[in-house]
Amino acid sequence: MRRLRIILWCMVAVAAALFALFYYQLNQPKNDFVTSAMVGQPLPQFALEPASADRPGLATADFKTGEPQLLNLFGSWCIPCRIEAPQLEALERQGARITGVALRDTPEDVAQFLELYGNPFTRIGRDDLSETQFALGASGVPETFVIDGAGRITYQHIGPIAPGDVPVILAELRKAGSGS
Amino acid sequence: MIPEIGLAALWLAAALAVLQLLGGVLGARREGMELAAVARPAAVLQALLCTVAFLCLLYVFAVTDLSVKLVADNSHSMKPWIFKVSGAWGNHEGSMLLWITVMAMAGGLIAFVERRLPERTMLATLSAQAFVGLGFYAFLLLSSNPFQRLSPAPPEGNGLNPLLQDIGLAFHPPTLYVGYVGLSVAFSFAVGALLTRSVTPDFARVMRPWVLAAWIFLTLGITAGSYWAYYELGWGGWWFWDPVENASLMPWLAATALLHSVSVLAARDALRTWTIMLGVVAFSMSMIGTFLVRSGILTSVHAFAVDPERGSFILALLVLYIGGALVIFALRAATIAEGERFAVTSREGALVVNNIALSAILGIVLVGTLYPLLTEAFDIRVSVGPPYFNPVSAIFLVPMLLVLMVGPLLRWREDGFARIRWQVIALFAVTLGVLLGVWLVADIHLLPLIGLALAVGVGIASLLPLAGRSLRRTPLATWGMVVAHFGVAVALFGMASDSAFQQERLVAASVGDAVEVGPWQGRLDTVYPVAGPNWTAIQANLHLAYEGGAERRAAPQSRNFWAPVMETSEVALLTRWNGQLYVAVGNQAQDGRWQLRLWWKPFVTFIWYGGVLIALGGALSLVGRVTTDLRRRRRPEDDVDEAYPA
Amino acid sequence: MRRLVALLLLALAGPLAAQGNVPPAPYAYTQLADPAQEAAARELMHTLRCLQCQSQSIADSDAPIAGDMRHQVRARIAAGESPDEVRDWLISRYGDYISYEPQVSASTWPLFVVPAIILVLAVLLLLARVGRRRASGEGG
Repeated sequence: MRRLRIILWCMVAVAAALFALFYYQLNQPKNDFVTSAMVGQPLPQFALEPASADRPGLATADFKTGEPQLLNLFGSWCIPCRIEAPQLEALERQGARITGVALRDTPEDVAQFLELYGNPFTRIGRDDLSETQFALGASGVPETFVIDGAGRITYQHIGPIAPGDVPVILAELRKAGSGS
Repeated sequence: MIPEIGLAALWLAAALAVLQLLGGVLGARREGMELAAVARPAAVLQALLCTVAFLCLLYVFAVTDLSVKLVADNSHSMKPWIFKVSGAWGNHEGSMLLWITVMAMAGGLIAFVERRLPERTMLATLSAQAFVGLGFYAFLLLSSNPFQRLSPAPPEGNGLNPLLQDIGLAFHPPTLYVGYVGLSVAFSFAVGALLTRSVTPDFARVMRPWVLAAWIFLTLGITAGSYWAYYELGWGGWWFWDPVENASLMPWLAATALLHSVSVLAARDALRTWTIMLGVVAFSMSMIGTFLVRSGILTSVHAFAVDPERGSFILALLVLYIGGALVIFALRAATIAEGERFAVTSREGALVVNNIALSAILGIVLVGTLYPLLTEAFDIRVSVGPPYFNPVSAIFLVPMLLVLMVGPLLRWREDGFARIRWQVIALFAVTLGVLLGVWLVADIHLLPLIGLALAVGVGIASLLPLAGRSLRRTPLATWGMVVAHFGVAVALFGMASDSAFQQERLVAASVGDAVEVGPWQGRLDTVYPVAGPNWTAIQANLHLAYEGGAERRAAPQSRNFWAPVMETSEVALLTRWNGQLYVAVGNQAQDGRWQLRLWWKPFVTFIWYGGVLIALGGALSLVGRVTTDLRRRRRPEDDVDEAYPA
Repeated sequence: MRRLVALLLLALAGPLAAQGNVPPAPYAYTQLADPAQEAAARELMHTLRCLQCQSQSIADSDAPIAGDMRHQVRARIAAGESPDEVRDWLISRYGDYISYEPQVSASTWPLFVVPAIILVLAVLLLLARVGRRRASGEGG
């Protein structure tokens, strides 16, 4: 009988732990983002065709310049990408070098998007099959990676860049610059 | 006016629940017997009031009264009539009202008819029922009022999720709720018996119909839900071990175990503590399931009506009911004597194996479902899916099914294998023979292979209890067991067969192109747009013939709903006795060809036939039990429950 | 900020809204010619999580990203990679979350230890019953 009682109190403890877990998770902000496992790793190999007529394409070698850069994944069809466009421009004004990858997009649509929402990019690669997206461990658009001068991924920002995120990304860029 | 009547009825019902709780508690403590006399009528009246409230809700949905917020949020005047009505429970508030209504009706019914238990136990049960009910009344009235008005009324409603505008899904959630609520009655009985320390075979007989009824509804609910996912999601999957699917499976596993242990308690006065515990666990699983689905803390393809605030409320109820019951249990369990002992080679012995295996599977499903939630607390994200659940649950399922083949042949109390030696040897020989035979001719995976063999073995074994008996004099409860066990075999056969032998064909076809999958051959004849009451669609028309037989038409659609905007796939199913052809149409490629997805799924329908058979077995058993119990009321000691004629 | 979050949620909530301007990848809706390779690819696809769908495998989803992932899986299998290599490649990009088949690791070992404990407990419970029968058998 004593053994039974011990088992039962164990069950009460397990239930209490379970409820505590439920309570904790209930009050956590729900975060459906899948973070990339590539942060901290060198950029994977890729060489992309240009996505628009007036910017060159993008390859891994373009990042080994000694200068940190931003790599922004976007699509002309993606509404949050339009929302973040002003922040990308702000980043560019404050000295960030920004490269882009247009996902599942056509050159005409990309050209129109850049005309409407600005073109802060130095290079834009074209990724029709999401291959670069998978290689980077990105799960959607928009996403922005900080790449240091040696071509290593140091930071990942998921979702559109809000005005409040601009200083954070600039700081990450500086950090990447001083590190290499 | 109608919504206000509904709301008033709900408040009155809640007040009656308070009265029922007080009367029940006082009566159970042998004080204030005047108030105790109120408990039963209060329960009955509550049932009537809740029914009135629910009818009011049905009415406002039927006439699309947009001045009611719930209707404006979830309905649309252009919806087909049946989905207007089913929309009443296709949302959080309405489904909670349905939950409460069913619960009040159950409470009213036990208060009205149940006179077998000692009055104290009965009153304790009624107060437990009122206590559980009050939590839901508070939830409904304080935080999810279904009758809240909206001023000014909007000109049009928001519509209902098109995935829910389906006849299967209109009735799938309420079926599950009835099951969940039925388990709440079993829970109340368990708490009542625990509080008054009277865990007796009588108690088991009183509780059994409720467990059976709840279990029948859960079985039907899961079967319907699985079929819905199969044809509505458009990719032919019928079970993905998704958190929401698991949330409905866990109460079923607990109820299945409870169903078997309650039979042991009724027949042999054994497994007392264990049965009480399962009663508590089964309802816990219902509550946890409701919590997981409603709070949205797990991501799921089926997630709807997600709201963290509701989650907090359900969690509070969960802590109150389950935590409370477990603590009472821990304090009281030692005072319940364990009951009769028995041999391992006996009916009870086999049922103990069944209970342990079911509980183990329940534990695994619980751990696998909640583990991602645990690691997320440490910022690690993992996924647990079919490749984990299938093999790990099979570790326990396989021995359980082997015992299922033998158990029903054994006698209660004590039996020797010698008596049934030849039957058992024959059964295992057949199973092994099928295993080897299929293995030799077909190159399939291990789990479906074992599944096929066990399906055959269990199928034959399930019929053996009828051998040598006069079929007309066989009790209904025995028929129920036979049918349900046979249903298990049928469902298992369907699952194994679909996993092992399904054939898939993805093609891009122009009009006039030939298509084929497995034994089916045909062509794509036409593709044209069609319009429904609240959608437009592209419909593909195919004609296909099975092994050169007569051609049959398949017309899958890709539908676009506009309130709210959503794209769904309406598949075409060609059913034969030996399987189903599943055809879905996708988008048009740039070269003008249409994406077609075809699957030939041998015996896949057996999965749901099996589910229905299991529920039917439960129903036979329920009818049999209720009639015998009624007859036996006068002579309770005359107990030859399920025993074999010597 | 709140409006932004709302907009973001809106964007995430509509997985069937436009997610690209190009046709699906070649192998998104096309099977491999070799039945053995296709079977291996299909089995693998059923165990990989679609990144933007709520709890669906890439084999059960119409989302463009699921189509692109199916293309990756089929293309890599066709190129001679084994299913485990493809899975490992995706795990190296997205972590364990991408795979419905948990691998034994520092973060997943309880998933494998708990069933083992349950198994031991189940066997112990059964043995206790057998033992009791002998005891009562001797007694009676």
